[in-house]
Order: sequence, then C-alpha cells, then structure tokens
Amino acid sequence: MVHDTQRMDAIAERMAEDEVAGRSLWADARSRFVKNKAAMFGLFLLIFVVLFALFGSHLAQWSNEELDYNVMGVVAQEGGPSMANGHYFGVDELGRDLFARTVQGTQVSLAVGFVGALVAVVVGTIYGATAGYVGGRVDQIMMRMVDILMAIPYMFVLILILVMYGRSMIALFVGLGLISWLEMSRIVRGQTLSLKNREFIEAARATGVSGVTIIRRHIVPNLLGVIAVYATLLVPLMILTESFISFLGLGVQEPLTSLGALISEGAGTIAYGTIWQLGFPLLFFCLTLFGFFFVGDGLRDALDPKDR
Amino acid sequence: MLSYSIKRLALAIPTLLILIVVSFVLMYAAPGGPFTSERELPPEVLANLNAKYGLDQPLWRQILTYIWGIVTEFDFGPSFIYKDRTVNEIIAQGFPVTLTYGLLSFVVAVVVGVTLGVVAAIRQNSVLDYFAVGISIGAQVLPNFVMAPILVLTFTLWLGWLPGGGWQGGQWEYLIMPVIALSTSFMASIARITRSSMLETLNMNHIRTARAKGLPERRVILRHALKPAMLPVISYLGPAFVGMITGSVVVDVYFSTGGIGKAFVDSALNRDYAVMMGVTILMGALTIFFNLVVDILYGWIDPKIRY
Repeated sequence: MVHDTQRMDAIAERMAEDEVAGRSLWADARSRFVKNKAAMFGLFLLIFVVLFALFGSHLAQWSNEELDYNVMGVVAQEGGPSMANGHYFGVDELGRDLFARTVQGTQVSLAVGFVGALVAVVVGTIYGATAGYVGGRVDQIMMRMVDILMAIPYMFVLILILVMYGRSMIALFVGLGLISWLEMSRIVRGQTLSLKNREFIEAARATGVSGVTIIRRHIVPNLLGVIAVYATLLVPLMILTESFISFLGLGVQEPLTSLGALISEGAGTIAYGTIWQLGFPLLFFCLTLFGFFFVGDGLRDALDPKDR
Repeated sequence: MLSYSIKRLALAIPTLLILIVVSFVLMYAAPGGPFTSERELPPEVLANLNAKYGLDQPLWRQILTYIWGIVTEFDFGPSFIYKDRTVNEIIAQGFPVTLTYGLLSFVVAVVVGVTLGVVAAIRQNSVLDYFAVGISIGAQVLPNFVMAPILVLTFTLWLGWLPGGGWQGGQWEYLIMPVIALSTSFMASIARITRSSMLETLNMNHIRTARAKGLPERRVILRHALKPAMLPVISYLGPAFVGMITGSVVVDVYFSTGGIGKAFVDSALNRDYAVMMGVTILMGALTIFFNLVVDILYGWIDPKIRY
C-alpha cells in the first residue's frame, strides 16, 4: 500500500507539472484574431482614428472656431494644406482650420456610432433575449412588432424626428437609438432560441432559478460573442446613417460638425478647386469605416470559426 | 402559396397604417405648429389657419380624415407652406424622375452585381475574382453621398465629359452619374453575396451529379446552380430597395435632378410637415409593397419554405 501511495503521489505531481494552462474560448478567439492580417490592419486604422479624435486637438495650431483672416477670400489660392501657417489640412471656405474641424467631426461621428451601437446592444439584447426565452405568443407579438418597424423606411422617419424636435445631438441619438436595436434583437432572439433548450438552462430551471436570472447569468454571457461581432459592424452603419443625414444638411448644426457635414461642405465647393476640403474628411471617413468593417469581419471569423 | 401571400398582405396593411399614425402623432406632438415662424401671427389668423387645415380638430379625427383621404382619393392634403399647391402636385412632379433613374439603378445593380459575382465564383482565385472582391470591399465605404462628389470631380471638373447635374427630360448623359452613384455600393454587395452563395452552391451534390452526367458547364451554371444561388440575393433585394429609395434623396439634392428627394429635403428645411409626411408615407408604401413582392418571389423559388 505504501508503495501505491508513493506512485499515486508521483502521478499526481507529474500531472500537476504537465498541466497546460487552459485556453478559454476568448483566448482562442484572440489568437485567431491576431493572426488575421486584415483584422489587425483594421485595428491599427481604428486606433489611429481614435487617437486622432482624442488628441488631434492638441496638435492643431488653430481652434475649430477661429477664422484666419489672412486666407479669407483667397481660400482657393492660399488656403491649401500648408505647414507654414499651421493649417495642416488647409482651411474651409470661411477660413476655419480644417484640421481642427476634421478632429471635431471625427469625434462627433465616432460618438454617434458608439452611442447607436450601445443602445442596440442594451435594448436589442434585452428585447431579443426576453422574446426568445419566453417564447410562445409573447414572442410572436414582440417579433411581429420588430418586423413592422423594420419595414418602415427609417431614414425618412429619422429626418422627420430631427426636423420636428430640433436638430440636436440628443434628438439624433434618440432617433438612431430607436432604429438601431431592431436587427440586433432578431439576432439575439435566434441565438436564444437555440440556447434555451440546452441542458444547462434546463438544470438552472429545475433548481428553481428565476427567468430573469437565467437570462442574465446563463443566456446573455453565451451570446456575448455574437453581440460583440454585430455591435462592431453596427458602429459603421450608424456613422453612415448620420453622415447621410448631415450630407443633406439636416444633421448636427453649426458650430458642431461631423464627417458627413464636412464631406457635404467639401462636395459643395469642389468647383472652386478647393479639393482638400473634400479630400481630408473623406479620407478619415473611409479609414473609420474600413477599420470597423475589417475588425468586425475579423471578430466574426475569430469568434465563430464554424464558418471557415 | 395563396394563403402565404394573403398572410404577408395581412401584415403589410397594418404596417402601413402604423407608419401613417406614427408620423402623424410625431407631427402632432412636435413643439410649435406648422405655422410657427419668427413673425408672430395674430391669434385670430392662427385660429383661421388651423381651422382651414383642420388642425383644430381632435387628434383621432385628424388622423381618420387623413387616412380616409389617402384611401379613398389618394389625397395627401394641401402643403402647409406653398398655399396654392397640394402635396399630390409636389409628389407628382418629382416622382417620375426618381422612378426613372431609380429603376435604372436597380436593374444595373442587380445585373452587373450578379454577373460579377457569378463570374468571380466560377473563376475563383483568378485576377477577375480578386478584382470583384476588391471592388466589393472598396464599395462598402463608397455610399452614394461619397460617390456623387467623386464622380462630379472626375467626370465634370477634370475630364469635362459629363454635365455636373440637371435632368433635361432624362437624356442619357444626365442619367449616367446619378445611376452610378446610386447603384455602386448595392452592386458591390450583390456581387459579394452572389459570389459566396454561388461558391457554396457549386459544391452541392446536385451540381456534381449534373457535371457527372456530362452536361456542358454553361448549362450546369445557368440551369442548375443559378437558381438556388439566387436565394440570398433575393432576400437582399428588399434592403437594397430601401437603400436606393433613401439614396435617391442624395442624388436629387446633389445632381439637381428634380426628383422627389429634393422636395423632401426642401420641405424638411421649411418644416412643411404635410409634404414630409406625404413623401414618407409614399416611400413607406413602396417599400412595403416591394418587400411583399420579394417575400412571395422567395416563397415561389424556394420550395422548402412552408407557408
């Protein structure tokens, strides 16, 4: 027996030594994400854009509201990008520094994108998980409502809201929030349906855990991957929507600006040869969207490897 | 099949009603009436105006009158700003223009997108495939309001080939840029969806059987692969249609084509709620109708769908 005990100890020791650090689902996903070149490229783009939005104003030599009287009226000849007078991206047609304006526009566009996606995550997850978990007639009615809301051309309704309730950031956030969660709730509901008959949910229910707790502790954590992917892809869609409205001149009002509003201004003045007014906002717009799309696709490949 | 269509129709009508009621309530609850302006109107004048436009009635009666007018006479009421014009006149003026280049863009997006996607799938990993994939990735960040100024910059200002805007009864040189601007991003999405679904279809058993029995490749693709591969494309047509309707607003504003989108934006800037609501409801009705057609088409192509 003594002999056996020793052997058991030895085995136990060896097993403890050999034990490899367990790899969680998230660690797996991270390693897949890091290996994905397009996704990493997108991540670098995003980091660059976010840093630009956060710290760009420290680099700017002019504020976004100052008028440069030296170039006013001769914007087409003198207002181009120049290191000498501190207008790195040139000036707009009023003589305001385009670098500072682009920083501000990027901030507003990113904020709109993040807030829209955040609303979608919170509302869409709660709504979809509830509909999917409760099921039956409640589910039918809740999802029919989503169907109906999705069939409405939301851009027109959004503009209607903005015009009637003042074109402020708050109205914009509310309007975007109203539409952004619809698709998310559908996706979450579908995933919840496939989860809710699994054994661990059944076990939780058998031990008397309440429905709310099951959704919060057992269902939502299992959906985080899907939610993360979809939220990342939703941010650029929100930015696109806001830019579309701003392009029409119906979005945020001066002195606030967004990338869409800047593109609109630039597009209106290309005939005078001030191409930088279109070029720089457009560049940051495209970088932002590319970044989010690449990262979103990368996340999808990383978190949902069955597609490959 | 018939009962399925009826079910879809039964969902479409309440959707439209909800759209009407929601936009009406939004308008009703908005701070300031349609006649609020910098110049304060005398209360008697305001009361007369409200009576003339029926705004002194209770909300439910206003809504019922409005819906009744639309249902029986297709009448969206008078404009609040242009005293001598009705919403119908404003819509009738712009709608044919929007319809012309909108339909054209839709056809271009579908035909070019599907062709590009199919060719890319057949010649997977060829130069053509990379070209198609490259376009479809790039076009994600080239929505209509980005394409429009780029096109004008290139073809009007630098090359001087095309006029930068206008309509002129829809002559072809005035149509080219609006159609390209409107269709590019949808064309790219359709190409991407077609390519991936075609690749999937080409690995299916029935395609292997068709090849094994010696059918020419052309026939395999057109006869056996195309139809199942089209299903995801068809379900994308609904969102694409909505996107194009929305995008037409940008085209109308930027190219001055004089379509319905310009009327919408002008009315938004003037706070002419009647025109805004009329356009919104018309576009909503078109969208809902189109989605209905797509649903029925989908059910007809895919026999696996149970009604």
